[in-house]
Amino acid sequence: MTDATLAHHDTHDHHPKGLARWVFTTNHKEIGTLYLVFSLVMFLLGGAMALVIRAELFAPGLQLVHPEFFNQMTTMHALVMIFGAVMPAFVGLANWMVPLMIGAPDMALPRMNNWSFWIMPFAFTLLLSTLFMPSGGPASGWTLYPPLSLQGGNSLAFVILAIHLMGISSIMGSINIIATILNMRAPGMTLLRMPMFVWTWLITAFLLIAVMPVLAGAVTMLLTDRFFGTSFFNAAGGGDPVLYQHIFWFFGHPEVYIMILPAFGIVSEIIPTFSRKKLFGYTSMVYATASIAFLSFIVWAHHMFTVGMPLGAALFFMYATMVIAVPTGVKIFNWVSTMWRGSMTFETPMLFALGFVVLFTIGGLSGVMLAIVPADFQYHDTYFVVAHFHYVLVTGAVFAIMASVYYWLPKWTGHMYNETLGKIHFWWSAFWVNVLFFPQHYLGLAGMPRRIPDYAIQFTEFNVISSIGGFAFGIGQLLFVYIVWQCARGGQKATDGVWEGARGLEWTVPSPAPLHTFDTPPDIDSPDLVAHTGGQQ
Amino acid sequence: MKRANEWIVGIAVMAVIMVITWGIFAVGENMRPGVTPFSQDVYVLHNTVMGVVTVIGVLVFTAMFTSIVLHRRSKHRDPAKFTHSTKAEIIWTAIPILILVVMAIPATQVLIDMEETGDAEMNVKVTGYQWLWKYDYLEDDISFFSALARDSNRARQMNSDLAPADVENYLLDVDRRLVLPVDTKIRFLLTADDVIHSWWVPDLGWKRDAIPGMVNEAWTLIEEEGIYRGQCAELCGKDHGFMPIVVEAVSKEDFRAWVASQQAASTASNQSAAP
Repeated sequence: MTDATLAHHDTHDHHPKGLARWVFTTNHKEIGTLYLVFSLVMFLLGGAMALVIRAELFAPGLQLVHPEFFNQMTTMHALVMIFGAVMPAFVGLANWMVPLMIGAPDMALPRMNNWSFWIMPFAFTLLLSTLFMPSGGPASGWTLYPPLSLQGGNSLAFVILAIHLMGISSIMGSINIIATILNMRAPGMTLLRMPMFVWTWLITAFLLIAVMPVLAGAVTMLLTDRFFGTSFFNAAGGGDPVLYQHIFWFFGHPEVYIMILPAFGIVSEIIPTFSRKKLFGYTSMVYATASIAFLSFIVWAHHMFTVGMPLGAALFFMYATMVIAVPTGVKIFNWVSTMWRGSMTFETPMLFALGFVVLFTIGGLSGVMLAIVPADFQYHDTYFVVAHFHYVLVTGAVFAIMASVYYWLPKWTGHMYNETLGKIHFWWSAFWVNVLFFPQHYLGLAGMPRRIPDYAIQFTEFNVISSIGGFAFGIGQLLFVYIVWQCARGGQKATDGVWEGARGLEWTVPSPAPLHTFDTPPDIDSPDLVAHTGGQQ
Repeated sequence: MKRANEWIVGIAVMAVIMVITWGIFAVGENMRPGVTPFSQDVYVLHNTVMGVVTVIGVLVFTAMFTSIVLHRRSKHRDPAKFTHSTKAEIIWTAIPILILVVMAIPATQVLIDMEETGDAEMNVKVTGYQWLWKYDYLEDDISFFSALARDSNRARQMNSDLAPADVENYLLDVDRRLVLPVDTKIRFLLTADDVIHSWWVPDLGWKRDAIPGMVNEAWTLIEEEGIYRGQCAELCGKDHGFMPIVVEAVSKEDFRAWVASQQAASTASNQSAAP
């Protein structure tokens, strides 16, 4: 720890108390906390919706909800989890950690930062309010394919406005992150010395800026088709319903990587720390991340092989999709090589990171299967796909987020969380999440379509198992809430370095990190800091 | 000594992982081979690719868990210092590319085969409606709707007095089946009246979207007589889960007889309907 990191500018600390403190804050740490708390609330809400789905699917026949409401649940579950839980969690982590990791005093655009967060509660109030409207919430799946999405009531306008707000928030957040990373790095921290988490977020932010306007365009066309008599997607009026799918997935596929690249970054921070060994192949990790980001723009049609596309197009999208396996494989091999002949310990963040590597790999491998067009004609829109993307999103993105929370929680709160409870949380989650999602592979291969509220008798056993797994996994997350709450309230005092093997600028500031850090940029090559950071990459 | 240890533990770890993998395959269900040349090609392709990715998974997890067993602080106090290896990185970029090429070749062949809709001996137009299907036999001038069978429909209502388990082929039965001849190349023309649906019978090996205002093509050649069941696969509204498909594949002779009986019935009903 240097004097520079301890020196507080007292003048910065005159901020309001109570609620106003959070409403008017421009501090990256407070905004990061807001994002993370918001994300946790949305995660529990989206999870509750998932449990409605799993409860209805516990037995054949309709017991609890009508099909209309079931469809609203599948749609809302996806929108809430994607835009409300996973994305804000990563933005929150970026807010908290990017300035600390690059030695910047704050984000580059603090007032915009406040805005990009505070748009979110309004966006989700609008979105969730549709559930209480006479026509109900959106029920056409989160993809909102026309013509089905246009059949709903006027609540569609609220959904679209909510999506616009989320898009504005994401774009502002991304501009902020790019501006921060490109302009505010500590002297000496060249791009290729940045921590991997910073790198992955830099690339993610470019993806967000590139594709959120595309989504905005797609849903605006839906809006005008529904309310202003246009026919963008109406064949009878000269439009094309498939056009929407192309536009949507041009957003949608990069979106998938928006939700996984920061997770790659987190895992690339945690595995070296607990292996007590530097990240293997740092440079190839950076290039692999950039390649995945580039490829994400040219594979969108693999989400829609069954719409009937020319042979040449189907082949192109199949090959391009298969190629993604190469840089993704490089990442997985690099993580394993980082562990190889390290000196590992298995605290909760490491357990979640290792769980991520194993289970994300399973999701990645089923992704290779889905790329094979003729086989996709069988897999498409079945539970096989549901299993695939929940492996990459729940045991991928969500596990990485949980790993990062355990990893940085001592830095945020100044206390160690309860390690025993953390480990119980991991093993409970890792076991039940597989009970929840693995049988869905079998269901898909046996022929169960997705998004159905009721199913034929032969699908009963695996649905029962999956539902039991769902409820157990869901209940386990309350333990996570308790652990975080307990850690925020008190506990064993955390040291500045927190983890024995931790390297990086964020571990040179006190725990908890004071509101203002790095008012004077750290000299990352000073011997004093190198001792703490191990030198950056 | 260290390397020998790594090999021994590695082999043991691999054995455990292989047993677990075997268990995963043993308890689960796999895709059905189906009854058309295309569905069987897809089945082989699916099993091949699944086999390849399973082997890759087993190897990656073996390396990982060997490391977890051996390279923990209690057994391995001093971490190695290496941070990259150009040779290793080239190898694990090149080998996956080769594996992908090997998988892409049969996939391309099967796909090209699938797209060959010419030389069809008969044409069936399939139209998706919310929430039933309409079939038009273009050559034989037969046309009818096919909807969820009555007892399934009764059992699926909330608080129904009929339990789903008591209904034969619950949710996979229709009032009128799509009757098709075996050993005949049949071309399907798929479209929809309202929203996008997707026509899927797993035993035929494919699904294809039925899109309003557009006509999609696909073909099949059923090799075995039998009854094959499927469902709509694209979310199409509240009763998306309740618009099954049942194909009854019969011999060519039986099919001609069925066509004749349908045409006679339709003529009779037209005459009786006339004033």
